[in-house]
Amino acid sequence: MTAIDVTSHPPDQTPDSQTPVARTGRRLAFRYTPWLFMAPAIIFFVLYVVIPIGRSMVLSLYKWDGLGEKLFIGFDNYRALFHDPQFYTALVNNFWWLVFFLLSVPMGLAIALFLNQTVFGIRLIKSLFFFPFVISQVVVGMVFSWFYEPNFGLLGHIYRWFGAEPIALLADDRFVTFGIIFAGLWPQTAYTMILYLTGLNSLRPELIEAARIDGAKRFKLFWHVILPQLRPASFIAVVVTVIGALRSFDMVSVMTKGGPYGSSTVLAYYMYETALSEYGYRMGYGAAIAVILFLIMMVYISYFVYRMTKNERGM
Amino acid sequence: MYPLPIQKRHQTVRFTYYVALPIFCLLWLIPLLAVIATSVRPMGDLNGGNYWGLPSSFDLVKNYSEIFTNGPLGLYMLNSLKVTIPTVIGTIILSSLAGFALANYEFRLNKWVFMFFVAGNFVPFQILMIPVRDFTLKIGLYDTSLGLIFFHIAFQTGFSTLFMRNFIRELPRELVESARVEGLSEWKIFRYIILPLVRPAVASLALLEFTFVWNDFFWSLVLTQSKYTQPVTAGILALNGQYSSAYNLMSAAALCAALPPIIAFFLLQKHFIAGLTLGGGRE
Repeated sequence: MTAIDVTSHPPDQTPDSQTPVARTGRRLAFRYTPWLFMAPAIIFFVLYVVIPIGRSMVLSLYKWDGLGEKLFIGFDNYRALFHDPQFYTALVNNFWWLVFFLLSVPMGLAIALFLNQTVFGIRLIKSLFFFPFVISQVVVGMVFSWFYEPNFGLLGHIYRWFGAEPIALLADDRFVTFGIIFAGLWPQTAYTMILYLTGLNSLRPELIEAARIDGAKRFKLFWHVILPQLRPASFIAVVVTVIGALRSFDMVSVMTKGGPYGSSTVLAYYMYETALSEYGYRMGYGAAIAVILFLIMMVYISYFVYRMTKNERGM
Repeated sequence: MYPLPIQKRHQTVRFTYYVALPIFCLLWLIPLLAVIATSVRPMGDLNGGNYWGLPSSFDLVKNYSEIFTNGPLGLYMLNSLKVTIPTVIGTIILSSLAGFALANYEFRLNKWVFMFFVAGNFVPFQILMIPVRDFTLKIGLYDTSLGLIFFHIAFQTGFSTLFMRNFIRELPRELVESARVEGLSEWKIFRYIILPLVRPAVASLALLEFTFVWNDFFWSLVLTQSKYTQPVTAGILALNGQYSSAYNLMSAAALCAALPPIIAFFLLQKHFIAGLTLGGGRE
């Protein structure tokens, strides 16, 4: 507690000992009011988020089938992870997710620039572009797996149209992850697009006019005048995309169940599979995977939260 | 205005734009259009390999009534509603209370509590999975709507509190201060001054939460199992097994499952987008 007290800023008013009794009462009441308002939210949050994080960390040091006795085994789960080829596959796939999912940021920006006009029907078109984001990922995943189906899917048709033999994308361990990421890009791009459309709405026209009068050429205008003003939008777009890439579960689960032979698995799915698979529950091992995923995410989360709160004026 | 309004550009550019816009829009929506087309195809089309041509007959009523009468889709959708609506209400109550506290009072841990809610919002589900499932089993709520509702309320409260706090902070502070001078209790200030003012934010938030919770798949898998509680996202996968190669029925079912958020979005579009950007914590 003391560590927190030192860093929090405005020193809490005057010491209670110097204030008259009546005022102390009111001040005390005032002190507890915010906590009363926050109590329900905090209780739920602690019960379902904070405590489980701690319990998962502890559990990762145990061997447990979900029913019987828990057996303490120290860091054995983590040691086993480092020799688990499936874990490395998941890690590498998560890396590809991160890299290629970020394509949705420039793609969203490009579409936003394309749509930021005032022509007839543009509002409808904007919402049509946005709406993949509203659909459940389960449905998106299903639709894309039909697409990739080599015999009757659209992809097969395109291949044959070019005279090539269609490949079963989702059954090929070389391409399967990229096929899933591509499907994921559809809703994600819609999301970043909408963030950029709002960003474009709050551009400052006088800056753009001034730059145009100064004769700034297209690319320079975009790079030096427009992009810097879009930074808040870019920041949020990157945040939600990175988090989305690391959280990817639905698509993998629906499209391949991590297959063929575990080649398209990601940490989120591998964890679920280990902990609750039909081949028996390995809770401790699953918890260890979850902890690793959590630690990777914490790196980003702390940076994002730091950036988000830095700009807040002190309360 | 950036880019330069198309009306000010050269005629050829303008013309190209007008042609490109609808084409591009159609290309973007191919996945959806394909599902819509498939959902009205007769079975004969699929057996005959006509997956991408025009449907040979328009079996809208037949296919859609079949999925509702001959399978549990209606039940799954009802299950989703039973989880989604209470969650939205619960989340809004908890987060407007907490958001009000964070926006209006200066206390030592304010910033820390706020950060704690923001950070919790980004946590991967997997780190919560085993303990939450365990806890839900222990309190006897496994495979019940209430079990899902409790978890969703708890998790969504992080994002929603951030959202409500940002909104309430933008309200003029004098309102609260003058009410205090008048001697109104803090609860009454919240109830009669703040709550009526945050209505637009509540609309946006409700819509966003509705979409998030309706589309949740992971927790439906982890916390439910029977078809009497399983929400439609998980249920539709079970249907996928049942209908196997009846892609027309599967497409119809998928569209129905996706429909409620789509309807909500088109009805309340403005609120939706306002919510998404405010909640993103505009700097």
